[in-house]
Amino acid sequence: MHILVIEDDLEAAGWLVKGLREAGHVTDHARDGEEGLAMAREGDYDVLIVDRMMPKMDGLTLVRKLREEGDMTPALFLSALGDVDDKVEGLRAGGDDYIAKPYAFSELLARVEVLGRRKTAEPVQTRLKVGDLEMDLLKRKVTRAGKEILLQPREFKLLEYLMRNAGNVVTRTMLLENVWDYHFDPQTNVIDVHISRLRGKIDKEFDKPLLHTIRGAGYMLRAD
Amino acid sequence: MPRTPRTLRLLHTSTFRLAAVYLIVFALSVGAVLGYVYWQTLKLLDEQAEETIAAEVQGIAEQYALNGAPGVMAVIKRRSQLDTGGLYLLTTPVGKRLAGNLKSLPAMALNKPGWIEFSFGVETPRGLTEHRARAYYTRLKGGYHLIIGRDIQQLRQFGRIIRNTLFWALGLTAILGIGGGLLLSRNFLRRIDAITATLRSIRAGRMSDRVPVEGSGDELDRLASALNDMLDEIERLMKGMREVSSNIAHDLRTPLNRLRAQAEDALRSDDPERHREALEMTIARADELLKTFNALLFIARAEAGQGASGFRDVDVSEVAREVAELYQPIIEDEGGDFTIVAPEKVMLRADRQLIAQALVNLLDNALKYGRTEDRPPEIGIRVENHADHVDVVVTDRGPGIPETETEHVKDRFVRLDESRSRPGSGLGLSLVTSIARLHGGSLVLESNRPGLRAILRLPKKR
Repeated sequence: MHILVIEDDLEAAGWLVKGLREAGHVTDHARDGEEGLAMAREGDYDVLIVDRMMPKMDGLTLVRKLREEGDMTPALFLSALGDVDDKVEGLRAGGDDYIAKPYAFSELLARVEVLGRRKTAEPVQTRLKVGDLEMDLLKRKVTRAGKEILLQPREFKLLEYLMRNAGNVVTRTMLLENVWDYHFDPQTNVIDVHISRLRGKIDKEFDKPLLHTIRGAGYMLRAD
Repeated sequence: MPRTPRTLRLLHTSTFRLAAVYLIVFALSVGAVLGYVYWQTLKLLDEQAEETIAAEVQGIAEQYALNGAPGVMAVIKRRSQLDTGGLYLLTTPVGKRLAGNLKSLPAMALNKPGWIEFSFGVETPRGLTEHRARAYYTRLKGGYHLIIGRDIQQLRQFGRIIRNTLFWALGLTAILGIGGGLLLSRNFLRRIDAITATLRSIRAGRMSDRVPVEGSGDELDRLASALNDMLDEIERLMKGMREVSSNIAHDLRTPLNRLRAQAEDALRSDDPERHREALEMTIARADELLKTFNALLFIARAEAGQGASGFRDVDVSEVAREVAELYQPIIEDEGGDFTIVAPEKVMLRADRQLIAQALVNLLDNALKYGRTEDRPPEIGIRVENHADHVDVVVTDRGPGIPETETEHVKDRFVRLDESRSRPGSGLGLSLVTSIARLHGGSLVLESNRPGLRAILRLPKKR
């Protein structure tokens, strides 16, 4: 994946770029908003990581300009302001995701990879398939190896999100935000229990598990 | 700061300015009314005198036509003897007095008939004095001079008296008005000075000082009461801030200290596995600290009234059911019992995220502290739709909170001794309290006999 990091804090940017490169992504860095805009216009990036507050041009303006020019490269905002209002503002400006500083690198990486994948994904899907697990979005039906699996509505939503992002790490926060629409962290790890229940339904009676726990990061649904 | 002399400051008070303006308006209106009365009265008296004189002139002219000069002389002689205040004089064409009570013609040119005014001598016990007269002068056929008039000295004196009265009345009004204004201003200034002095002393650090209230209930008293209420609130907030600061210092220092000790311990060892473990723990502890920071920040913003932009019409029952669905598996996994009772639809102007967050906090609390060693948790959510408010009640069957502590536990960082050993920031209930306050409601903690009954009370109208 080709990633552009636009961040004025050079030390933080240094760690970020290093981490992304180690994860196998080609990563460039821009030191302020203007440089970032110029680089985003010229280069062909899969994901932009944009700091909200920067000298010369702030992140919101940068993304807004790109969108006005028709550039729809997925953008993830980084910000020290972490409340829901700021998130809404960021998404309204054309951002695709939002992460508050300080963040866990694994969380950021998971989100960036999901965003990068989105660019190439097919626009409308009525069937999702991971290995022998199949989901029919119209009939709201899930089967594995032809055998129907009965899911609660929320379990269906959870599995749908995991299937859409199959092969990517999905963090607990991402699940809370996208499946439950909660933008805060419960102290108790409630998500794990939901995952283990889902696992009981889709993996238990089969030899090959599909739903994997990625230590220190989250979960991943994958066929092999 | 150089102090202005007291009298000068008195003149600069708003009360004095008001009194002065009122005084000027009052004096102008009194002057206008009295002046008008004065003018009208004098005019009326003058007119009366002139009418009388005109009637007499008319009568004498008729007498002259009937009986000639001798008839006129007789009439004037008779009238002169009556003490009516009338002045009469009839002279020959050369000015020799024929009849009347005036001694001679006035020293002025008398050519054609008309009104004249002149001075004449009057014999009084104190000697000869000059009086003013107003008269009608005419010339009879044959060249006789005739003057018929009235002594208007009293009229003029009357006018002077009225003028003087007017002047003195205005002067007295001004003196009394200015004096009253100064007195009023002094009283006002004294009370304002007292308020200012109190506020200065508070600014200098004597936070417990209060503005004096006289007890009359007037506007200054109301202002003083409002100021005192504000000062009470500020003092309460400052006290809270002080407590929080010292609590923050303590509650952040403890985990930081542990974090540091662990890192040092790992550094002393050569075992890479221990290094790795220590680094992972460091991150976990840093995350805990961050959560604490975020919660503190959230509470601070909520208390400042910020973060209330997400208010919409929300079905509280639905929010409760969603949160219940999120928590049901974990409670069941621990062998606990979980129930939810919620009416079909309870609409309220609220922020869905915040209500959910408050409920999640209450459920986290119930899971962590709402259980006894020997029994699985027994947790319930109940949405109650009352006439003017909605109660979202979270109950457990744990040890509960002693009644004397139910207010205290809502403060930041307060953790009861029994829970100190377990993980947690001590911010959960203060977070819920601030969410409730942001919605204009409150968090009520009661005994569930046994256990805790946490009620998130949300008013329907704010």
